[in-house]
Amino acid sequence: MTLSEFDNFRPAEPARRRRQGGKPGMRRRRDNGDGSREMPMVPEPEFTSYYGRPVVKPAPWGDDVAIYLFLGGVAAGSALLGLGGQLTGRPVLRRNARLGALAAVSAGAVALVKDLGRPERFLHMLRTFKVTSPMSVGSWILSAFSAGAGVSAVAEIDRLSGNRLPLGPLRKVLQAVEGPAGVEAAVFAGPLAAYTAVLLGDTATPTWNAAHEELPFVFVSSACLASAGLAMVTTPVRETGPAQKLAVLGVIGDVVAMKVMERRMDPVAAEPLHQGKAGAMLKWSERLALAGGLGTLLGGRNRVAAAASGLALLTASALTRFGVFEAGLASAKDPRYTIEPQKNRLAARRAAGVTGDAITTGS
Amino acid sequence: MGQLSGPTDPTADAHWEHNHPRKGFFTDTSICIGCKACEVACKEWNHNPQDGNLELLGSSYDNTGSLGASTWRHVAFIEQGQERIAEARESGRALVSLGMPRIGPPAPAGSAATDLAGADTTPPDTADFRWLMSSDVCKHCTHAGCLDVCPTGALFRTEFGTVVVQDDVCNGCGTCVAGCPFGVIERRSNGTVKVATSREEQHAKHPSVPNEGIAQKCTLCYDRLVADETPACAKACPTTSIKFGDHDDMVDTARERVATLHAQGMTEARLYGANEHDGVGGTGSVFLLLDEPEVYGLPPDPRVPTADLPQMYKRAGMAVAGMAAAAALVFLGGRA
Repeated sequence: MTLSEFDNFRPAEPARRRRQGGKPGMRRRRDNGDGSREMPMVPEPEFTSYYGRPVVKPAPWGDDVAIYLFLGGVAAGSALLGLGGQLTGRPVLRRNARLGALAAVSAGAVALVKDLGRPERFLHMLRTFKVTSPMSVGSWILSAFSAGAGVSAVAEIDRLSGNRLPLGPLRKVLQAVEGPAGVEAAVFAGPLAAYTAVLLGDTATPTWNAAHEELPFVFVSSACLASAGLAMVTTPVRETGPAQKLAVLGVIGDVVAMKVMERRMDPVAAEPLHQGKAGAMLKWSERLALAGGLGTLLGGRNRVAAAASGLALLTASALTRFGVFEAGLASAKDPRYTIEPQKNRLAARRAAGVTGDAITTGS
Repeated sequence: MGQLSGPTDPTADAHWEHNHPRKGFFTDTSICIGCKACEVACKEWNHNPQDGNLELLGSSYDNTGSLGASTWRHVAFIEQGQERIAEARESGRALVSLGMPRIGPPAPAGSAATDLAGADTTPPDTADFRWLMSSDVCKHCTHAGCLDVCPTGALFRTEFGTVVVQDDVCNGCGTCVAGCPFGVIERRSNGTVKVATSREEQHAKHPSVPNEGIAQKCTLCYDRLVADETPACAKACPTTSIKFGDHDDMVDTARERVATLHAQGMTEARLYGANEHDGVGGTGSVFLLLDEPEVYGLPPDPRVPTADLPQMYKRAGMAVAGMAAAAALVFLGGRA
């Protein structure tokens, strides 16, 4: 339909995008493409939403938080390897793992503080203890872990520097508590690796929330393979036997937990894990994890091959964390991932005869 | 730790020892005229700075966009044609015929809500176009996701059952932003607003932005409540679309209003947040909507994430045990 001669110069209207597998019953607002009204500036999505604007807000977290997810895992696994080295007489593994744990946890904590809206108030994290807040629980776990990791790593630094740290009479105390500190750090290692999964799961961000059942398993596996990878990079093969086994277990756990998670999640909420940047990162993370695991199994006796495998594993873990993190942010920015799973579960409950728990009521 | 889901009295749950009634809004969108007096009154009373650039969003008369750190009331505008109105009427009718159990006292006598089959449901005016306007606000949930996940205790439950941020405690960690199932609370950015180039000189000096870097949202005018005053938005509303009062009265008013509208044949009317058995334990701000919630940008089935927290901790505990077992296993076989 032409209303004026100038309409001939209008560009052709783009063909309407139709998503595959669109369910019947998904409604759209009325099609106004006949030129009788102004075309909407926002392309109309297939489901109903308010001008395509997001329903939930993404967490205002930058890459710092994803970096922390990775470094926290590295620190946690390293503390366990450090304790293992301490108890089974592997001094080089013990030293490198302890130093790695302290370096990772310090850098991670700095990243976390940097990401706060008011970094100068970071100590407010410890002004209360709240079980309902995974962030609060995590802050206490991180503090407790850092204490043990710090003491045991300082003992290693002192030894490395030939007792040159200006400790005075405290050196004896340090040497006495070094072992127990290693144990204490290892006690908080598991919680440090797992709480971040609860932190992400306990949000209204669709993809993270939908993943809450399996995400802890993905994260501890990722922590195991990353810390084992770090040990394989830093430590000669004669002491990394256990680390290599841990790496293989971590790879198996990571790949399996990820697959189970993707299968058990709401299929719509799982989509961001396969799309765009997040999808690419998670695909490469799986490939690198498998490559690193295989490399460990086949070339673990060779120093160079072990270090290369370790590097692959570290990269795989970082990509897993960044991928999950980005997928969640992407899911919060698109209203579809909030609205469709919610509509589907509401319809499923109604079909099952449960009608008393909807937020929308007729009376 | 209080209750994580289900019906409860939030003030008692937060260990307040007093008997202030829970306060709340009832926003009746059927009589909203979209004047945005609530937005203006809220901004003025709470000294909220400008939110983003001044720009036309191309979404009817809504150039505010959404609720945020500096926008605590947001008026939504939706333009609909005949087809969509008919659909809304149908979906509303379906809600009534679901036979949902009534909660609270039965509707007053004379209300036709109980049996719509016999009522005259001829639409009063079959408009071929309608304009929906709705003033959105923080829901002040019975189980507030933001409050649950706040690590510093900056968010707290007031004696009026509302949820408020303490500006001097919040450290801007942003967990609450992700925790809110309604996308209400937001961390205030540094507030540097770019003004259109032609006006750059006039607007070069902006007043400094208060509370930058910390989470901000509607306080239900806590400062006015303690002085026994009505919140600014409700006070400014010229059509009484925004009603303020005791939460129980608000829910009763909402139920009466939806029954009246149904009796007039407006089956598209429905309540949002009046059910204490929903995913957030009922909201403190109740709405009467004329279409499905997602049309207004509201989630159709929100659930406070913390409701699943015990299960999440259990799964995390299993994962921790697995990690410890794996570490123990690899070191078995004794000393090197």
